[in-house]
Amino acid sequence: MTENKPFKKTLLSTQVDLSKFNLASDEAKKQTDVMRESTTFFKDGMRKLSKNPLAMGSLIVLLLIVLMIIFAPFIVPYGYEEMITIDGTRDRGAKNLAPFTYSELEQQYMEETGEKLFPHIFGTDHLCRDYFIRTIYGTRVSLIVGLFASLIVLIIGLLYGSISGYLGGKVDLILMRIVDIIYSLPDLLMIILLQVVLDQTLSTLIKGIPFLAKIGTNMLSIFIVFGLLYWVSMARLVRGQILTIKENEYVLAARSVGASTGRIIRKHILPNCISVIIIATALQIPSAIFTESFLSFIGLGVQAPMPSLGSLANAAREGLQSYPYKLVFPASMICLIVLSFNLLGDGLRDAFDPKLRR
Amino acid sequence: MWKYVVKRTGLAILTVFIIIAITFFTMNAIPGGPFDSEKAPDPAVQRVLEARHHLDQPVWKQFLIYLDDIAHGDFGISLKSGRDIMSLIQESFAISAKLGGLAIVFAVIPGIIFGAIAALFRNKWPDRVIIFFTTLFVAVPSFVLATILLLVFCLLLHWLPVWSIENPSYILPIIALALYPMSYITRLTKTSMLDAFGQDYIRTARSKGVAEWKVIFKHALRNALIPVITYVGPLTAYIITGSLVVETVFTIGGLGSKFVTGITNRDYPVIMATTIFLAVLMVIMMLICDLIYKLVDPKIKFE
Repeated sequence: MTENKPFKKTLLSTQVDLSKFNLASDEAKKQTDVMRESTTFFKDGMRKLSKNPLAMGSLIVLLLIVLMIIFAPFIVPYGYEEMITIDGTRDRGAKNLAPFTYSELEQQYMEETGEKLFPHIFGTDHLCRDYFIRTIYGTRVSLIVGLFASLIVLIIGLLYGSISGYLGGKVDLILMRIVDIIYSLPDLLMIILLQVVLDQTLSTLIKGIPFLAKIGTNMLSIFIVFGLLYWVSMARLVRGQILTIKENEYVLAARSVGASTGRIIRKHILPNCISVIIIATALQIPSAIFTESFLSFIGLGVQAPMPSLGSLANAAREGLQSYPYKLVFPASMICLIVLSFNLLGDGLRDAFDPKLRR
Repeated sequence: MWKYVVKRTGLAILTVFIIIAITFFTMNAIPGGPFDSEKAPDPAVQRVLEARHHLDQPVWKQFLIYLDDIAHGDFGISLKSGRDIMSLIQESFAISAKLGGLAIVFAVIPGIIFGAIAALFRNKWPDRVIIFFTTLFVAVPSFVLATILLLVFCLLLHWLPVWSIENPSYILPIIALALYPMSYITRLTKTSMLDAFGQDYIRTARSKGVAEWKVIFKHALRNALIPVITYVGPLTAYIITGSLVVETVFTIGGLGSKFVTGITNRDYPVIMATTIFLAVLMVIMMLICDLIYKLVDPKIKFE
């Protein structure tokens, strides 16, 4: 079995003549190198997303808004429910100021002390409160409501849908009938109704729990209502995804070579439906913000004095002709947030939806 | 076919029943009766009042009485104005129905036209302009749009009068209601039209020498409209809920603004009646829309 054994020439021998081969040079080795690192589904999607200028632009806008609502309250020396005071006395002249103007008392104070007061970037409202900080807090409330409501929808929908999809059979049938009925209820009307009722009943229930009392009944009831009604389309989506993926050939192939259920779920079912679910959640956020601002607008939103973008826009309707900027600021904030989330969701879909990937 | 119609109608009736039940029992869950007041009234008076409104009966019996009343078109009286709610709904719904109907027309027809244009001029400037504006409009809530339209065209430019019963101007409310669904329909038509253009039957039609306009209108557009029909149900739901804010902003005395006033006043009988009325309307529209969809689409089989 030595390597240099002389080559015996026999007819039909399959023995390899080693002398005809030489060692591969470094250059030749290089050619077989993998030029590009193998890419994962996630990396590939991110690369596609980063090449989409609209989606990246919206992402930057959203990040800026988030940074602003986190840090602006530390920079601006006014509170969202605080009336403007000079030296401890209430300044009654600081009512409905235009953006970047000061009231007479404030000007007097600045001339006397030479100290510069923080400008009212968006002016003030009819109760002498700084409008910029109110808009910032309104954005905070609207974004939090949007995110949490979508999270609730995601969790309930994911659990319900996957149980229905995995178990199948009679359980699936019954669960889906319930979904059908909830789905055919006119959701916004039911939300209004529940909002009216919960508003009255919750306040007595949560009095003892300070954390819940701080959130306020209206915001709590928004979450409850979303948890009760809005999850149905998510559940349908998840169930449909799981049903179709379960039937795919690659799952059968994986099973035939002996992959365990855990591996199939991890490697085949989850990666194939997670993107669709994430996209649906991203698109759920703007619709939740829409709903919250709609409810605030008809007077069922978050509790005063806490502002939300919808309630600010509603309050701005009084004196619309004289102070149109009071409508413009919160309204454009809603539009900007919703537009950004829509564009980002579309970008995510283009980048991650397996059906659209070519 | 008939099996499907019966099944779908059954679901609709069940939904209506559930809506009425939810409305009735949630309203009953609100603490405090309608005749409780700070001044303790004469117990005898209270008893007579409660007996007249069947409040002395158990809740399930009250529910049955309520169902019976609704079936006879009796929704009770408004707590605030003391008026009969049914006549209130009748007179205000006429305005709302006109507004909503016009808004549906102005959402569907331009939406289909713009969508078809965008699909035909794919990636050229008409497509880009249309998609730019529709993306923008989808991000504007109807109450913001309504308030801005009112501010700009009525209050600042004075081009159009503010709404009054003698001088109703429907233009701005219709735009405020229709712009969002119109944008949605535009995008829907565009994608389904592009989808249709990629199908084999279009290639067949072209290869056998059918005129291009005929290919577009007879083959592509007709098939592209099927998904639009499915949207008409949600569209009516959107218009109905949208009319709540749009009517309030423009101070139109329709059913929507009556509903919002009812909510602000916590006028429970009015809230109940309007919710039930509008919800039943929506369920009926959904039912019609589903049935038409099944009739029109040859690809769908009745199970």
